[in-house]
Amino acid sequence: MFLKEYIKEVYSAVKSLLVGMRRTGYYFTHHKEIITQQYPDNRATLHLPERFKGEVVMPHDNNNEHRCTGCTACELACPNGTIKVVTKFDVTPEGKKKKAVDKLVYHLELCTMCNLCVEACPSDAIKMAQTFEHSVYDRNMLTKILNNPGSKIMEGVE
Amino acid sequence: MVETIGNTAEGNMIINVGPQHPATHGVLHLVITINGETIQKVEPHLGYIHRSIEKMCESLTYRQFIYVTSRMDYLSAHINNHACALCVEKGLQIEVPTRAQYIRVIMDELTRIASHELWWGAMAMDLGAFTPFFHAFRERESINDIMEETCGARLTMNYMVPGGVMQDIHPDFQRKVKAFIQQFKSKFSEYNEMVTGNIIFQNRMKQVGVLSAEDAISYGCSGPAARGSGVSCDIRKIYPYEIYNTLEFEEVLETGGDSFARYMVRLNEMHQSIKIIEQLIDNIPEGDFQAKTKAVLKLPKGEFYQRVETARGELGVYIVSEGGTTPYRIKFRSPGFSNLSVLDHIARGSKLGDLVAMMGTLDLVIPDIDR
Repeated sequence: MFLKEYIKEVYSAVKSLLVGMRRTGYYFTHHKEIITQQYPDNRATLHLPERFKGEVVMPHDNNNEHRCTGCTACELACPNGTIKVVTKFDVTPEGKKKKAVDKLVYHLELCTMCNLCVEACPSDAIKMAQTFEHSVYDRNMLTKILNNPGSKIMEGVE
Repeated sequence: MVETIGNTAEGNMIINVGPQHPATHGVLHLVITINGETIQKVEPHLGYIHRSIEKMCESLTYRQFIYVTSRMDYLSAHINNHACALCVEKGLQIEVPTRAQYIRVIMDELTRIASHELWWGAMAMDLGAFTPFFHAFRERESINDIMEETCGARLTMNYMVPGGVMQDIHPDFQRKVKAFIQQFKSKFSEYNEMVTGNIIFQNRMKQVGVLSAEDAISYGCSGPAARGSGVSCDIRKIYPYEIYNTLEFEEVLETGGDSFARYMVRLNEMHQSIKIIEQLIDNIPEGDFQAKTKAVLKLPKGEFYQRVETARGELGVYIVSEGGTTPYRIKFRSPGFSNLSVLDHIARGSKLGDLVAMMGTLDLVIPDIDR
């Protein structure tokens, strides 16, 4: 009786191992089911969704104009002090002083890609870009100025 | 400081596991007293990844502090954010739109599946089986793709805001979730074939790290660690939040109390999460995804507490407000800390090799323990 139980146990143990091995063997012989992607060789075909949060950028149009008014809403919304807005005063043709953005300094090394600045922006001046390879050799290169040199605010954006 | 290595008077030996050890899944330092192969005492040392998140939250506004909690239990980052958003909404008495509630619950359950998938792979890897890790990551990858498309990130989503969710769901969301459900159902039998039924695996799990129901309660265990001992503690059932009281799902309970029972609880919980998603995915109502809130949130003076069920157990968020824009004090009751405290109790008297199985089935996430 004991021997019978023992043999039964050994049989079921070996069977359970073979069942697992069969599954491994299935994937060993079916290469089409392998989903591994060969990064970075697949850079050309790599598709990132448009909502992917890579880094904050400020889009400019062909006339080198952006939509940023320098209201500092993004600076206040940021939890880490990633964004610093340096403002200046432009003089309008009527001779009035008008607040405008001089430099929008963005520290990529502090950014956690939480998207709160983009949500806070009232004029849709900044957005998230789909870049993700951010490694550089010099940390100074991570501090970026988002508005292009010589750029100015778009007509009609308040 | 304890003696780090050496022989003590009774022939006991003190050895260190961690803080850099592949089986601790993070910087957990265990000082283990052993006699031969038998464990006499396990003493966890914490603080290697303490970032003082609670103190940090005191200087952030009610919109900003939510993102930090993703870094506590990063595998259920979404559910952590959910708890904070719910607590702030409780203070402000915001009515969350039904559409947002549906999206939140679907995302929560997807996160729970992703977390259990990773646990399953890592757990099998701890016990010496390497292949299951990749099989688990195949399914987890599908969830991460869904998250990436809708939330914009794969792990630390920061998708919850007080009043709803940050963006509406992606047009492809429902199709992709349904495809994932199909994929999960067709592949799940592999999990049982490869690991659950395996004789080596069963021998290493059964009757290892037995935790009685009384001890689970007195140590404050929650989540699958306690439900494996037959303690009913699912916050989704006991204190339902959002739309959980309208949903049909079972609280998974096992009575064994050993590592295998905790293993089975997590596997069956994945099925229950799929069941919840199936109920919701076709019925997401139209409407706003976010309630109208003020630009600057100010909680009234008082204390607010909200608990949710994360993949690891009960997470409590306690906010003390003085009426300003930032909280006066924030306390998180994290599931990992209480579950770790039981490790010494269940490990005493067992063999050193079984410690890995116990730590694996308690599903410790170290940043959640330290905060």
